[in-house]
Amino acid sequence: MSDRYDRAITVFSPDGHLFQVEYAQEAVKKGSTAVGVRGQDIVVLGVEKKSVAKLQEERTVRKICLLDDHVCMAFAGLTADARILINRARVECQSHKLTVEDPVTVEYITRHMAQLKQRYTQSNGRRPFGLSTLVMGFDYDGTPRLYQTDPAGTYHSWKANAIGRSAKSVREFLEEHYSEEVSASEHETVKLAVKALLEVVQSGAKNIEMAVMKRGEPLKMFELEEIEKFVAEIEKEKEEEAEKKKQKKAGKET
Amino acid sequence: MALEQICGLNLHQHIDGFPDKSLQSMNISLLNDDPLQDSKFTLPPVAEPAEYLSQLAKRDGGPKIRFLHGTTTLGFKFEHGVIIAVDSRATAGPYIASQTVKKVIEINPYLLGTMAGGAADCSFWERVLAEQCRIYELRNKERISVAAASKLLANILYNYKGMGLSVGTMIAGWDKRGPGLYYVDSDGTRCTDRLFSVGSGSPYAYGVLDTGYKYDMTVEEAYDLGQRAIYHATHRDAYSGGVVNLYHMQETGWVKVSQTDVKDLHYRYQEEKGQA
Repeated sequence: MSDRYDRAITVFSPDGHLFQVEYAQEAVKKGSTAVGVRGQDIVVLGVEKKSVAKLQEERTVRKICLLDDHVCMAFAGLTADARILINRARVECQSHKLTVEDPVTVEYITRHMAQLKQRYTQSNGRRPFGLSTLVMGFDYDGTPRLYQTDPAGTYHSWKANAIGRSAKSVREFLEEHYSEEVSASEHETVKLAVKALLEVVQSGAKNIEMAVMKRGEPLKMFELEEIEKFVAEIEKEKEEEAEKKKQKKAGKET
Repeated sequence: MALEQICGLNLHQHIDGFPDKSLQSMNISLLNDDPLQDSKFTLPPVAEPAEYLSQLAKRDGGPKIRFLHGTTTLGFKFEHGVIIAVDSRATAGPYIASQTVKKVIEINPYLLGTMAGGAADCSFWERVLAEQCRIYELRNKERISVAAASKLLANILYNYKGMGLSVGTMIAGWDKRGPGLYYVDSDGTRCTDRLFSVGSGSPYAYGVLDTGYKYDMTVEEAYDLGQRAIYHATHRDAYSGGVVNLYHMQETGWVKVSQTDVKDLHYRYQEEKGQA
């Protein structure tokens, strides 16, 4: 029965679904994972980098993009759709600066992208954008922000979130490990994002791309060595945890 | 438009098979999502609107639409906010049409606009600005800045450049950046400064303002300066007169300070001179 209602985007199914939008969300679930964590003075974005073919230039595949000096985003889903959306968002950031003489707030640009996505779910002859985005940055009053949009055109503010492949398990991990303490420390915030990504990315630092933004500073992409340092620290912690557990167990048994 | 189609009228004929631009431009966008990018605006349904409208304003060859620029308005920023002072006379040639015109338009509780040039143009477009400011406030959950409000008006007016609008206004307000004062006119000018005066009486007002202006004046001194400048302009400029309406833009919004007849000011200043 769903067959009849999934062709045209502008048609509801009898039980109230917009199937095209739901299929778009399926496309998002196939995309590589992206994680965002909002600290008190820092915001972190991390993405799973799919391994490139031998002959492919590594640096041409960028999943973390700058929308303006103080706002950046990562996405999960169709890369081609993302290019278009990012382009429109970049133009809107500048257009806003021109008419209002103020840089956009993170909420404004997220709302703009969400409105654009919604328009495509209500137009004839167009399909929805097949991507979810994580938009992060600082407003000009210094507040850090992290927003997520999805193909339906809704947007929400998050303290930490994940989108793409295995997003659910990563989000559960974040829920367990996120705390006010973590968000207060810049180092811990970054480490949380790396840890969360490592849940999904088995092969380690070379398949992770990280970017951080601190208040008043431009976006900083991490080099491989810096990510490896975090990974090494996390591995050490895990080992120490395992040791402690072993000792406890040994202590109980004797 | 729908009614046209039902009645079977065909008011707009296609010229050379080109799409009917004028009908398009008459469509009022119902899905007006983004006023900042609103490019559709109403024009007379002729081929060359700018030419058509400018012909209406030309002086030679009989009665045409004549715009009335007789006025004095002034505004200045100082330590404790912004002072706006205006006269209240409207003239039609040598005839004084009214002595009680309200030349300050209260856009909202924290934004004021002044009127100089075409009264209808000023009050209409400033009311449109009030609408846009309110929509901005609802959408973004914060007040619009004076810079943004003045830019919205300037962009609207620029769209009609050359078509005969006559607006010379000052937008004053208090926002996150402090007191703001912008001059916007129908040529598309938009600039900010501490001190502005607009209208036929402005040269006289400038003389008094430039002499007495200090950024760190007291509030009383500022009220007096504004009143005095308008009085002197009304004294010498035939097209300015009536009463001086004085407003003070504070951090908490604007207050209407006073409404004083220039006749009273005349005798008061005369006495001062007599005593000195």
